[in-house]
Order: sequence, then C-alpha cells, then structure tokens
Amino acid sequence: MENYTLTINGKKQEVSAEPDMPLLWVLRDLLNMKGTKFGCGQALCGACTVHLDDVAIRSCSLPISEVGAGNITTIEGLSEKGDHPLQEAWVEHVVPQCGYCQGGQIMTAAALLKQNPTPSEAEIEAAMQGNLCRCGTYNRIKSAIQTAASR
Amino acid sequence: MKNFIPVFKDKNKASEDRSKIFVASRRDFLKIGSLATGGFLLGVNFQCSGPKGEVVTFAPNVYISFDSDNQVTLIAHRSEMGTGIRTSLPMIMADELGADWSKIKIVQAEGDEDKYGNQNTDGSFSVRMFFEPMRKAGATARHMLIQAAAAKWGVDPSECYTENSEVHLKESRKKVTFGDLVQDLLVMPLPDPAAVKSKELSEYKLVGTDVAIYDAKDIATGKAVFGADVDLPNMQIAMIARSPVVGAKIISYNDAKALAVPGVNQVVKIEGAGIPPGLDKPLEGLAVLASNTWAAKKGREALEIEWDLGPNQDYNSTAQLEAMAKSTLQNGKVRRERGNFNAAKSGAAKTLDKTFKIPFYAHATMEPIAVIADYKGDGSVEIWAPSQHPQWARGAVAGALGIELSQVKINVTLLGGGFGRKSKPDGVVEAALLSKAAKTPVRVQWTREDDLHHDFYHSHSAQRIVATLDGSGKLTGWNQHSVFPAIGATGNPDELHPSDGELGLGCTDFPFDVPNIRIETHESKAHTRIGWLRSVSNINHAFAAQCMMDEIAEARGVDPVQQAIELLGEDRDLNFAEETGGKYENYGEKIEDFPWNTGRMKKVIQAVAEKSNWSQNLAAGKAMGFAAHKSFLTYVACVVMVEKDANGNLNIPEVHYAVDCGVGVNTDRIKSQFEGGAQFATSLAMTSAITFDKGRVQQHNFDSYQIIRMPQSPKKIEVHIIPSTEKPTGVGEPPVPPYIPALANAVYKLTGKRIYELPFKI
Ligand code: FES
Ligand code: FES
Repeated sequence: MENYTLTINGKKQEVSAEPDMPLLWVLRDLLNMKGTKFGCGQALCGACTVHLDDVAIRSCSLPISEVGAGNITTIEGLSEKGDHPLQEAWVEHVVPQCGYCQGGQIMTAAALLKQNPTPSEAEIEAAMQGNLCRCGTYNRIKSAIQTAASR
Repeated sequence: MKNFIPVFKDKNKASEDRSKIFVASRRDFLKIGSLATGGFLLGVNFQCSGPKGEVVTFAPNVYISFDSDNQVTLIAHRSEMGTGIRTSLPMIMADELGADWSKIKIVQAEGDEDKYGNQNTDGSFSVRMFFEPMRKAGATARHMLIQAAAAKWGVDPSECYTENSEVHLKESRKKVTFGDLVQDLLVMPLPDPAAVKSKELSEYKLVGTDVAIYDAKDIATGKAVFGADVDLPNMQIAMIARSPVVGAKIISYNDAKALAVPGVNQVVKIEGAGIPPGLDKPLEGLAVLASNTWAAKKGREALEIEWDLGPNQDYNSTAQLEAMAKSTLQNGKVRRERGNFNAAKSGAAKTLDKTFKIPFYAHATMEPIAVIADYKGDGSVEIWAPSQHPQWARGAVAGALGIELSQVKINVTLLGGGFGRKSKPDGVVEAALLSKAAKTPVRVQWTREDDLHHDFYHSHSAQRIVATLDGSGKLTGWNQHSVFPAIGATGNPDELHPSDGELGLGCTDFPFDVPNIRIETHESKAHTRIGWLRSVSNINHAFAAQCMMDEIAEARGVDPVQQAIELLGEDRDLNFAEETGGKYENYGEKIEDFPWNTGRMKKVIQAVAEKSNWSQNLAAGKAMGFAAHKSFLTYVACVVMVEKDANGNLNIPEVHYAVDCGVGVNTDRIKSQFEGGAQFATSLAMTSAITFDKGRVQQHNFDSYQIIRMPQSPKKIEVHIIPSTEKPTGVGEPPVPPYIPALANAVYKLTGKRIYELPFKI
C-alpha cells in the first residue's frame, strides 16, 4: 500500500491504496464518491469519465499511481449547486432514461465545451463516441449539448 | 417451472391483482385506524418534527400519504430501469388527487407484493395494469379530502374541487390545504369504493402531457442511487469466478494465491444448480471477498480452479443455428392452422421460400449487476438490489437460505437498465449466500465480462417462411417455421419447442388476411441460459415476417404500405383462438378486454406513411423501409430512412414511428422509449451478437459485443402518438420489433441486397 494525496473537486484527499488500483475504485470504494460509475473497466464505455486538469479521462483505466498532482473533477464537483449549463440543459431536455451512463456523458460533454465552446454536430459526435448509452439517449444528449453551448 | 414466462405467468391474474391491493389497503387502514397508532404505510403515522411540533400523516391507501405540513408523498412500487415508470404512475395519482406536482415526494416501495400488488416490472405492463388502480388511489384520497372540507364549510361536496394540494370551494370562495385537513381525515371512515369516481380523461392536467422524470436532476448531478452505490459499514466486496460453461462444476481449487492478494479476506464456494440451470439460481462459482473491488478482482484472477465442464463443453452455437435452419425443411409441430397450406402450395403460381436467422443477444445493461446483502444475527437478511422483480428475488433468497419470506427485506434501488436481465434473481441470491457465509454485509459486483458471459440470453433463432401467390398475384398461403431454444428450457430441459406464450409474440398472431396459414415449430435444445430481452421473440418473428411481407409486396408489384392495409382487411377484431386450438395468450389479457383490432393497426400505418412522407421521391442515395408490428397490445408502424455516407458507411438520418398505446400517460416518456427503442434495435440489427464455442461465450466486453455509438445512431426519431381513449398499454418493448425489418427493408432498397441474417453488414 502507498499513500497518495489527490486533489478532488478542489479538496485535498489522503488515501492509501495499491499503486495499480484504478482511480475509479479509489473514488467509489475508498472515498465513497458514487457518482462516477463502472461500466466496462476497459475504457470502452465512458461511464467512469472524470476530468484530470479539464481533460476527460476514463477513471477505470488510470491507476492511482499515475494520477499525480493534477486536479480531478467528478460529476459531484462539476458545479456547486448542480447548475452547470450542461446539467441544466440535461434536465430541460429530460435526457436520462435509466441514468447510469449520464454522469459520464455530462463529464465528457463538459470537457468538450471547455475546449470547444461551440462544437459542430460532427464535433459533438466525435467527442461523445466513447460514451455508450444502452438506453439510447444519444439524440437528446446532442440536443442538450447544443442548448448548453448556445448559452 | 413448466412453461415459465413471467410475462404471462400471471395469466388471468392481472385483474385479480388489480382489485386485491385495494382490499388489502382498506383492511389495513381500518385495522390500524381503530388502534390509532402505528406505521406510516399502514395508515396513520405520528412523528415529531420541527418547531410546529407534531406532524401527522394520513395515508388512505398504501400508495398515498400526506401530512399536516402539506407534504404529499406517493409510493412508486414498480422498478425504475429507464422507462420513467417511477414518474408515470405517481403522475396519475397526483392528477386524480389534484396535488401540486412540483412539491410531490416519491418514495420507492420495498419488494412486498402483499402490500403493493404486482411488482414484476416486465412485459410492458406497468401502465396497463396500474392505470386504473392509480386513478382509484388518487380518487379515493380526493373524495375524502372533499368530504372533509365540505363538512367543515357546511357546503355540498359537489361545490368543492382540488388543485395545488388544496381543496377549493367553487368561485374562489374558500380554500384549505390538504395538510390542514389531516386531523379531520383521521377520524373519517374510508369511503365506499362505489361512491368514489375517477376524473374524466379530459379533466386531467398531467396525464397526456410531457412531464419530466422525477430523478432527472439527481441523475445529472451524480446523486441518484443505483445498486452498487449503497454502502454499508464493514461491507466486503465479492467477485465470483463462475462456471465458464453452463452446468460446469468445481472439481477442486487452490485459493492460496488469491488469499495472498492484499485486501482479500476469504474465498467462498457457491454451489450452483448444474443442469438445468434454472431461471432463479446462481451458477456454480468461487467467490473472492475483499475489502475493495479492485482487490476482489485481482484475487479472482489469482484463483486456480479445476472444472468438470459437463455436457455443454462441446457446444457450438453456429453449428446449432445451421442445424436449426435445416430442421425447418421437415414437417414440424403445427401450432396454427387455417385452410390448407399444402393445397395452396401445389396450386401456386409463385412460391417464395426464405430463412431468417438471428444470433443470441446479451442485455448488456449499462450497469452490470451489483447487489448488497446484509445477513443479520437473527437469521433475517436485508438486501439492496437493482431488481425488476423483487418479490421473485425475495422468494429465491428465502429458498436458498432456508428462511421465511418475511425474513427477507428487499430495497429496490434505481436500475441502470434492465431489459429483462434484472428480473432474474441470481445475483441477489449470490449476495445473500455470501453475506451469510461471511457474516458481514457483502456487495456482489459483476464485471462487464461477467455480464456478457453469464447472461440469460435472448435465444438465437431460425425462421423459415414459405409464401405462395396465385396466378393473379394474390397471397394465398403463409407457412412460418419457428425454431429457437425456449425460455422454459432453462428450467426444464425437456422443453424442446417454443411455448405458446413465445409464439404469441408475433408468430401465431400473424394478422393478415391470407386464406391458408400454417405455423409450425421444430425441436431445439438449450445449451445455455435462455431469458427474455426487450420484446422477447417478437424480435425474431417480426424480423422474419415483416421482411417477408416486403418481399411479397415486391413480387406482387405492390407498395408494402398499401399491401399491409389491404391485407389487414375490414376493420374488425381478430381472434386466434380457433386456429391455435385455444393457445393464443394475448399477453396474459383476455382478448375481449384487449382485442386485436385491424382498424387501429391500419391507422398507425396510415399515420406513419403520412408523417414520413412515404410516397415522396427520395434523392438518389437514400431509401426508406417500412414495417408494422403489434406487440404487448400496442400498435406500432415504423419507417426507417437510410443513406450511404462518403465512406460507404450506413447512415440512418430519419426514423418515423406511429404508435397507438391507448391513453398516453407521460407522452415525453412514450417518445423517449421509442427513441431509445430505435437505438437499441439498431444494435441488435447491426452490431451485436453472442456466439458460443466449446460451450463458452466468445464475446467479453464492448469491443467484441458492440452496441451502437452516437455517430452510428439514427439521427432524427419522430414519434407520432395517436390520440386515443382506449385502455392504456405499454411502450417499453413495442418500439423494437418493427424497427429491425423496417431498417432491413430500407437497406434492401438502397443496396439491392436482402437481409436474412443479423447482425448485418453492408
Ligand atoms: S468503466 Fe471506464 S470506460 Fe467503461
Ligand atoms: S440512460 Fe441508461 S445507459 Fe444511458
């Protein structure tokens, strides 16, 4: 076991973990932050997406030993009051069905908008293609991103 | 377990359930009311709160309560897996009640069918079964509130109405909140059910409109609680190495390396059912219990297990599917007969003879199974599970642990997708067994690999259809051969033919006016666990039948939409009883209550043709396909448009649906089910397949079992809901069946190549 200091949602957190433990399980099991979801464990579905210094990454495939000093943002920390423009657009378009993939979808979309505030439809599709939704909410996701981008 | 399909297992029990819950709640209320004490759900609840002092709660039935702070709380007793049912049923009650929807609190019921009635969230029947009970629940409470207010004001109850969680006297003369009437209600007897009148459909303000789901904000902020999100003190995490081939048994194992993994605490063997595997039992397996998920996973990888692989170890699904297709060349067991197909065939001017194949499918819910169990010292167990069928899970746990049903408490979390997979209680039983063995709370965590390797799969299938045309181009004969390992075979290996229930899903209910019809089935064995996936065997049946109808239209030189309308004939109710020997099950409903009406089907077909502008001349490089299919008592017609992009890939720019599901409750969730259904069906049609070799599943994760991603997904999905006052029917499953043939028919028009096997590539 090693000790690590992580910065998560602006807060320093001390954890001790095996160096190969993926950030996903550090968040979920050690820090009891359940907003980030497990879907595949292989960087294939995007359910576990968080930001590392504003870039969307798959936390299931990033060992804690490689996180370093960067700032981690999870869905719980995307906005203080749950009022990030994407979160608001998500509710407005009633995007979720089961909801399981949606935290990851929003985190990927937020990283996209940070980098490219007015993405084209093709750019949205390219950025979002790593996030699966089995319920099939893709079109509403797209609309919600366009709504948020327009504000 | 014989003929076990939960979709219909409650044949004729549906209406019983509907009345039972009210009898139960009335009795409970009276019992507890007279004691003037006791539990929230049983009627009256006293609890202290805040500066106002005592808050008194009144609950006229198990679904509704309101307290003296005017908080209206509604119970959602069906499982939420993405259909929006946790919003739609409470909406009906709130509308009847005249409650302020923006301030409603919704509480998820625990699994207890004695108290809440049927909780088996499956078969697209939640709204169908509970529309009337929810209306009645709300109307009863409203009736009592109005009585109480009218008595207070000394006016006639007909002078009063409810709105915004208040009772109003007409012409704004007076009003009182529900909360301020609680004391009066507590001393009031429950009304005679006959005196309670539901509102007219036209009086509803929520029902029939777009209402956002209750959990939308919690989901968007990461607060919604799914199965794996429950955390208990001292909880251990379990990962299980399950039999790689169904029926395999552990001969011996060495867990030394697993136990050496830091964080791993113990290894526990789970005795599996063997053969038959059963629908409610865990597979044989070896569980690694650890203090966190990662350690459990590493521990599992370090296990050394010697398996007796059992009778399925040579199973190859491709070979079986070939053999199944070949078997259709023989005479089968006749399941529906009209006229004389053989005579039609010998007199035919033209015969079309085609075979359609589909593979096994896995559900691949986005949330892999995760269940938490806490076995307590007194022999009882408390469970948190994303379960579609909590009562079944309770029974399975009680059986596995040898305890009473009353000793199993099951809390239902949100489900990260269900599609039929989470009806099965295998994961719940695993968690309960392990918690008992470990004497700590346990979360069983499935991985994606576990999910794909150990599903209850949608069966692969071969469908051969022979159609005959006479010299004038009239369709004279229809002979469908349906072969697939049946769901029932998972519990009873002697079941070699599809059941009547499975055939009633789009095969024996072939609705077209053809003078000679023969439907037959052939034997096939199950070598894995077969279950039900969103729309069940409607998938195979509709794919085959609706693609064949398109071929027939082409052979006759008629438009497929016109042909469907022509062959549905006069507006009338169909009855399949005589020709099936009374074996048509109609989704567990009496055909008099939910008839198969050709007029309603023609209406959705006409609507979809109009909305999609079916007769338009499309630009070169675009094509449209059509199909219509009734399932789960809901009428659906679908038009899919396709085009090829510059790289030769298939795009789906437009999908049009028309649906008649009777009264639409939450129209936004009807649309979302169709949007999602089109996406789900695109995966089935184009990207997903489970195959077996040497008894083992050959797909492991989303790289080999693919589901469509945003760039491939259908772009514009238009859903046209036919306004209706007919009884409501479900929409979770009906979007899937017609979509696949509509897509396949469109692809044929675009490429000139017919599609006979899924998943297809172009
Ligand atoms: S769980 Fe990380 S990408 Fe699927
Ligand atoms: S909403 Fe269910 S997986 Fe996306």
